[in-house]
Amino acid sequence: MVVALAVTAGTALGSSQNRTATTITALIGSSGPAETFAVTNAAKAFTKQTGIQLNVIAASDLGQQLAQGFASGNPADIFYLGNDQVATYAKAGDLASLDNLKNVKSFYPSLRAAYTYQGHLYAAPKDFSTLALVINTNSWKGAKLTSKDYPTTWKQLAAVAKKLTRNGQVGLCTNPEFHRLGVFMLQAGGWLVSKDGKTATVNSKANLAAFNFVKSMINAGSMKLTNQIGAGWGGEGFGKKECAMTIEGNWIAGAMKADYPTVPYKAVELPAGPAGKGTLQYDGGWGLAAASKNKAEAMAAISYLTQTKVEMGNAKAFGVMPSVVADAKEWKKLYPQYAAFLTGGTYSTSIPTVPDIATVLGDFNQQLQGLPQSDPKSILNRVNGELQSILK
Amino acid sequence: VASRVAGGRWWRWREPGIRGHQAAAGWLFLAPVIVILGVFLVVPIAMAAWVSVSDWNGNGSPFGPNAHYVGLENYRHLLTTPGLDQSNFGTSIRNNFYYVVLVVPIQTALALFLAVLVNRRVKGVGFFRTAFYFPSVTSSVAITVLFLFLFDPAGAINKLLSFFGATGPAWFYDPRGLFHVILAQFGVHQSSSLSNQFFLGVSYWDWLAGPSIAMCVFIIMAVFTTSGTFMLIFLAGLQHIDESVNEAAALDGATEWKKFRYITVPAIRPVLFTVVTLGLIGTWQVFDQIYVGTKGSPLNTTLTPAFLSFNTSFNSNNWGVGAAIAFILFAIIVFLTGATRLLTRNPDRVPRRRRFGPTQGPGDPNASRVASATSGDAP
Repeated sequence: MVVALAVTAGTALGSSQNRTATTITALIGSSGPAETFAVTNAAKAFTKQTGIQLNVIAASDLGQQLAQGFASGNPADIFYLGNDQVATYAKAGDLASLDNLKNVKSFYPSLRAAYTYQGHLYAAPKDFSTLALVINTNSWKGAKLTSKDYPTTWKQLAAVAKKLTRNGQVGLCTNPEFHRLGVFMLQAGGWLVSKDGKTATVNSKANLAAFNFVKSMINAGSMKLTNQIGAGWGGEGFGKKECAMTIEGNWIAGAMKADYPTVPYKAVELPAGPAGKGTLQYDGGWGLAAASKNKAEAMAAISYLTQTKVEMGNAKAFGVMPSVVADAKEWKKLYPQYAAFLTGGTYSTSIPTVPDIATVLGDFNQQLQGLPQSDPKSILNRVNGELQSILK
Repeated sequence: VASRVAGGRWWRWREPGIRGHQAAAGWLFLAPVIVILGVFLVVPIAMAAWVSVSDWNGNGSPFGPNAHYVGLENYRHLLTTPGLDQSNFGTSIRNNFYYVVLVVPIQTALALFLAVLVNRRVKGVGFFRTAFYFPSVTSSVAITVLFLFLFDPAGAINKLLSFFGATGPAWFYDPRGLFHVILAQFGVHQSSSLSNQFFLGVSYWDWLAGPSIAMCVFIIMAVFTTSGTFMLIFLAGLQHIDESVNEAAALDGATEWKKFRYITVPAIRPVLFTVVTLGLIGTWQVFDQIYVGTKGSPLNTTLTPAFLSFNTSFNSNNWGVGAAIAFILFAIIVFLTGATRLLTRNPDRVPRRRRFGPTQGPGDPNASRVASATSGDAP
């Protein structure tokens, strides 16, 4: 009772102090308590500095909660937005443009491009991730491999995977999905769409070569998809020592620390394919709702949350890579063991910003789950047709 | 004129009469239910019906300026336009069809069997009634999570199988269709004539796949969780059977099986209809297990229309198509419920036309009521 009274009194005091202040809401798809805590703290600091109340809500199902908000006409003012969904929402008129954001020039150009739909920026990049080759250093030594043997070509990758396949451990394992295996498409010189973004090129010769290479490693027994070993994702198979190498993003650091602290590992750049280096990039950003009633305040909040100081704080709190160019040096100094991920950012590629791309890639992922049994050509042809139908 | 007014019938409708005020009171008592049903059932269904014939994109109210009438375009998109949405829809119908075809008969038979078992007066029957019913009261989400662990490739089930020298499949990760697996045992593999012909974007060969290994786990789970509920319904039906009928049959020398076949089954026919109908509705709407367990993986073999409808609406922002899926699902369920009613009706009953023939007239107050109550029988 006393506590309740104190709380009520506190709320009453607080609201009387900020009677004129606006309140804006941020909806986040948090990776865990560490992230929620860090963002909430940043929001508190923002409120202290500006007097604008910023409430952070961690969504349990971000996509669903966003959709509900847009439909009700009363969505959260700002929210996390992946670049696979930005075009879908922008096309539906759910998003307000962020072309006039104060710190718009501080982001990597590739990140801005990933959030640009029909010439307008629809989200402020907050962080990004790339994929790299993660190696169990114990297994590496056990197979009598040294730091000189880190693979730089497909041929070397196949060779070390073969050597690492021993003692019940498979050399390489990764998720059966485009979001991992797509790196081989880039390395082979292929991609989902043509340079002008108008034609689907999923069934190109380069992509077929990429998946034939993956299949050859699967057939050789030196590579397994995570559904073949019963792991939910590459990090789980890697952490449980089912495989000696995996292709994963920098988020694996958090999982290794929390769940598999005894497994020693190292991240190196992915090997180059026939067409050179290539890796996939995943972008996180802040979107602004078109229906927001406090756009100016929301914009200020986004600027605050994407500035150097906050992004470095997030990097330390939950291991993401900052979207601000100026942070790269400090990040690399702090995390030399993850440098491969940031280096990957110099040649990485984001998913094309096309409405409904998430749906098509969802089917690509589903089809790739049957890769060991099926013909890559029929999968690529199928997805090519689906992608072409949304590009028109 | 006066006598006409006093005894005439023409103005009787004005007279409140002895029951006149009761009508108002009746509506008053019904009002809360009508409001609740209206707000939570009628209005949402009407809204969904509108969305299914509109191009609403999820921005603002579906009755606002962002939604336009597009006729049956969304239905055409699903049923006749080749593409990802059609093949996903076809796949979900196939998956759910095999799920229903296996779950409903198995759970009904098992529930009846369990009900007959616990209907006896033996010691400790209360324990078994509780034990069989227990899975039904547990939340489906909790059971799904439990099954995810049990059927993990390195989980308890596979450990048990390896104890007997068998190697279990990867269960939730295994997209192979059960019929394909069996056919492969007999050396039958994918035939090109079946793979090149498509219905609803799914090849004939894939229509014949049967439930995937992953779906089989959901089938086992559904039978495990719902048999208890239906056992309870059967048990209520069984306890209504007059024991003297069974005794008379026993005196006539009927065996247990004959008593079951000729007394129990006919007596619980209405209960059987209830159980099969509830089973059909529940199995065609399977959603939460899929949402928690697999989200349609592997290779879309656990994708169901209910989950696809959710995904198409909320994640693909394609609300019209999502609502259209829901309405097609609704039509399937209504059709199957009608079909079940036909199949489980009592064949010994007098045909409807003759039943009321002699007494039924235009003035018979009961005629319309009885006719509407039995209209479900009409073929």
